[in-house]
Amino acid sequence: MGSILEVRDLRVAYGPRGRGAFRALDGVSFCLESEEVLGVLGESGSGKSTLATSILGLFRANTIVATGAVLFEGSDLLQAKPDELQRIRGKRISLIFQEPSMALHPTMRVGRQVQQVLAAHGMKGRSALNQKTREVLETVFMEETERIARSYPHQLSGGQRQRVLIAQAIACGPSLVIADEPTASLDPTTQMEILGVFRALRKRLGLGMIFITHNPALLAGMADRLLVLYAGRVAELGPAEEVLASPKHPYTRSLLESIPPLLDGPRDGNKKKLPSIPGDSRPSSLPGAGCPFEPRCPERMDICKTRDPQLVNVSQSHTVSCFRYENQ
Amino acid sequence: MRYLLRRFGHAVFLLVGVSLLAFTFTTLAPGNYFDEMRLNPQIAPETIAALRTQYELDRPLPIRYAHWVSSVLHGDMGFSFAYNSPVLPLLWVRARNTLLLTITAMLLAWGIALPLGIWSAEHLGRLPDRLLSLGTAALMVIPDLALALGFLVIAVKSGRFPTGGMVSLHFESLAFPGKLGDLFLHMALPITALVLSVLPLLLRHVRAALAEVLDAPFLLAAEGHGISRRTLLYRYALPAAANPLISLFGFSIGTLLSGSLLVEVVMSWPGLGPFLLEAILARDLYVVIGGVLLSTLFLIGGNFLADLLLYWADPRIRTEASV
Amino acid sequence: MKVSDNDKDMQPLVRVENLMKSYANRKITGQCEEVRAVDGVSFTIFPGATLAVVGESGSGKSTLALCLACLEKPTSGNIQFEGADISKLAEKERRTIRRKIQLIFQDPASSFNPRWSVLEIVAEPLALQGSLSRDEIRLRALALLEQVGLSPEMERRLPAELSGGQRQRLAIARALALEPSVLILDEALSALDCSTQAQIANLLVDLQSARDMTYLFISHDLAMAAHLADEIAVMNHGRIVEQGPPDKILKQPQTEITRELLAAVPRMTFARPEAQ
Ligand SMILES: Nc1ncnc2c1ncn2[C@@H]1O[C@H](COP(=O)(O)OP(=O)(O)OP(=O)(O)O)[C@@H](O)[C@H]1O
Ligand SMILES: Nc1ncnc2c1ncn2[C@@H]1O[C@H](COP(=O)(O)OP(=O)(O)OP(=O)(O)O)[C@@H](O)[C@H]1O
Ligand code: SF4
Ligand SMILES: [Mg+2]
Ligand SMILES: [Mg+2]
Repeated sequence: MGSILEVRDLRVAYGPRGRGAFRALDGVSFCLESEEVLGVLGESGSGKSTLATSILGLFRANTIVATGAVLFEGSDLLQAKPDELQRIRGKRISLIFQEPSMALHPTMRVGRQVQQVLAAHGMKGRSALNQKTREVLETVFMEETERIARSYPHQLSGGQRQRVLIAQAIACGPSLVIADEPTASLDPTTQMEILGVFRALRKRLGLGMIFITHNPALLAGMADRLLVLYAGRVAELGPAEEVLASPKHPYTRSLLESIPPLLDGPRDGNKKKLPSIPGDSRPSSLPGAGCPFEPRCPERMDICKTRDPQLVNVSQSHTVSCFRYENQ
Repeated sequence: MRYLLRRFGHAVFLLVGVSLLAFTFTTLAPGNYFDEMRLNPQIAPETIAALRTQYELDRPLPIRYAHWVSSVLHGDMGFSFAYNSPVLPLLWVRARNTLLLTITAMLLAWGIALPLGIWSAEHLGRLPDRLLSLGTAALMVIPDLALALGFLVIAVKSGRFPTGGMVSLHFESLAFPGKLGDLFLHMALPITALVLSVLPLLLRHVRAALAEVLDAPFLLAAEGHGISRRTLLYRYALPAAANPLISLFGFSIGTLLSGSLLVEVVMSWPGLGPFLLEAILARDLYVVIGGVLLSTLFLIGGNFLADLLLYWADPRIRTEASV
Repeated sequence: MKVSDNDKDMQPLVRVENLMKSYANRKITGQCEEVRAVDGVSFTIFPGATLAVVGESGSGKSTLALCLACLEKPTSGNIQFEGADISKLAEKERRTIRRKIQLIFQDPASSFNPRWSVLEIVAEPLALQGSLSRDEIRLRALALLEQVGLSPEMERRLPAELSGGQRQRLAIARALALEPSVLILDEALSALDCSTQAQIANLLVDLQSARDMTYLFISHDLAMAAHLADEIAVMNHGRIVEQGPPDKILKQPQTEITRELLAAVPRMTFARPEAQ
């Protein structure tokens, strides 16, 4: 097993109209082994979706800088020519967008939208295409496949739309799927079925994944390693079990503490306050201005404001960006 | 279906309104065909009076309108005083020529505007796009009439293009390819004038509509699936931008038709334009009304076509209507 | 089957009776195929209470929400709001009801005008009310943004320039702007991380106790539903198959569907981290 994807010092900034640049990703680096599932956790707005789209070189019109490198099988996707990228996108690496209503063409039947992906990667012949489209849809829909294929996006439920996106992403048998909240609008039963589909693909095709989610419990049975983003930077990166069971970074700790223990825990009937991390993440606009989590960190120290913390190893494969661990 | 029915109802309502207006205005205008006849000493006043009664010019307006409507419903559009023959066949020949001009111009204008507009939207803000925008802006300020006259001057100066009519005098003696070529040569100038008169408008709208869609997230998503640039532009972006463009299509029929009437007069193309002008000057009542009505019918037909297209292109309208 | 705080003689705020909604999908061949999205649903919600609706994807939850918010006309059945039937009203009257029953769309991204800034989106419903001055509207809008955790720096951004979770919070702020008496939340927390979810959930609880707001909380997150709701209804194929207080639904589920849902909820297989 070698690494199939390496992201090196990726920086992406958006140029908002009339204001200074907003740095959504600020030096993110990590490596992905083949067949590995990397879970990505992080607060809303921490740059997870930006990371997902940037890996494929997809940038919104108002992106002003994108530096660093995304090495896929040795070649840098950020420098790749358009036709080279086109061959990789959807075929080798595919992306499941976060918001299904925005990622589907509003006036094209969803079956055809899946078919277009297959056709774009060299599949020919009407009947072969139809056949394959049906097969792909059947992997994500347990019933009513025919009707759903014929529907337009606005005629589907949220979860059905989301599964169409998943079908598009797995249609061409990619070796890497970047999934941005792929099960956010699925009920637990369907979610489990979809996770089962991913697991099966992993076994059959050696599928690797970057799995972005808000639900750490999902990653518990799914991810090999875990990346925690905070304000566009890597806060913590390590084996999933280790990070979930004994998080090192104060942010990861606060995040995991804010999971409500409601389902199995005792319920006393009244609606008490849920724990949340006070303050909001407003990344400092200047690099080198200290730890981005400092204003909200319950464990902050004097040094935290003076310079940026570096990623340090707390164990062989577990790195944390926090001064608490720098001198160990 | 209800949506289409509603549009159809609108169309009928519009036709009735326009015919009523045309009828009222032309009859209320001072003078009529027989006034001019009266100046001719060779025609006896009795003959004129007899004609007036025959054509019911003495009866009150509502009754005449009612009679006219019922005869139109029977396929009789009235009688031309000047040509001394029924209006419909006369109109039909002219209308065919006008349609030939308008439809060709329409196809050509859209055929140019779509790819050029898409290309321009794709290169938004770059030099070629800006030059194109400048060009369209310049074309927009030139009035159609000036454009048509300009081409007439070119035709006369170069001597290569015929300066009027639809075919040459020796048309009948030509073989089929020759006939086609002759027709083409005669059409070239009026068509160019027409196309140039609507092209800037179409280009601007196509470009704006596409530019908006090209930034849509679903296109980014499609790009992320490795869909080719061509498919992305023509199969994804264009249909998504179709709604405003289809409305524009309906509108462009109107502009082209009115532009065509003008250009026909200037370049003496034997269409509805010169025919109507003649009829108005001669106060040839039923020809004027018929001509106006026919033009309205074309307009409505065009817009109805646009509605059908919209219905076909946007599933959201379809379901809304079916509830 | 009712959701109430405990008053037995209180009037229900919303009463839904035998609600049905079907869609006709026309095939190319011309024949019609009927999709019955909601198939005979009845429930009542009392003022100041929360009813959570959970259920499999495609079971008709969003369709139910659309009917309740007067955005779709039900095929049959009726919906009473404050004692009056609102399911068969004319468009103009529906508009006034919509102000009192606000819906936060599932996947709200496409419900914003893409050319309006964040501030304009939240200020628009306030401006439509017509009773506030420009400055007041601005202050109210900024306060709403703050409440859902969007920083004031974002006021001039376009919705497309936000992250998914930020867009969702924008939708929440917009729905809260009119101070509706019923708020329907269709997966309104699904795109948010735990901490932000907790923050919004706390806000909802606060608003409920301060303004006696009534919620219809549609969610896939059973834990959150149990936390917020007085009663949970489980939907399947357009019907409510089970309804009851959260404890009962979670601890003694009566139907196979509920049991399956509960069993499928992902759980941390490791010990939860202890607070230090
Ligand atoms: N087009 C854009 N222009 C300006 N700022 C943007 C743009 N897109 C995203 N941002 C900002 O960049 C930051 C990161 O956005 P991103 O979508 O990557 O967040 P995320 O981690 O996916 O959040 P969520 O969990 O809410 O989806 C956010 O603060 C967002 O406001
Ligand atoms: N406009 C429509 N036309 C035809 N069918 C529709 C339409 N809207 C919804 N449906 C169908 O009705 C059913 C119920 O949809 P609904 O959106 O209410 O489900 P849901 O419970 O909200 O699911 P999810 O949890 O996935 O959001 C689905 O099978 C869907 O395909
Ligand atoms: S570096 Fe300091 S402020 Fe930042 S997380 Fe560590 S202890 Fe907290
Ligand atoms: Mg995101
Ligand atoms: Mg839904």
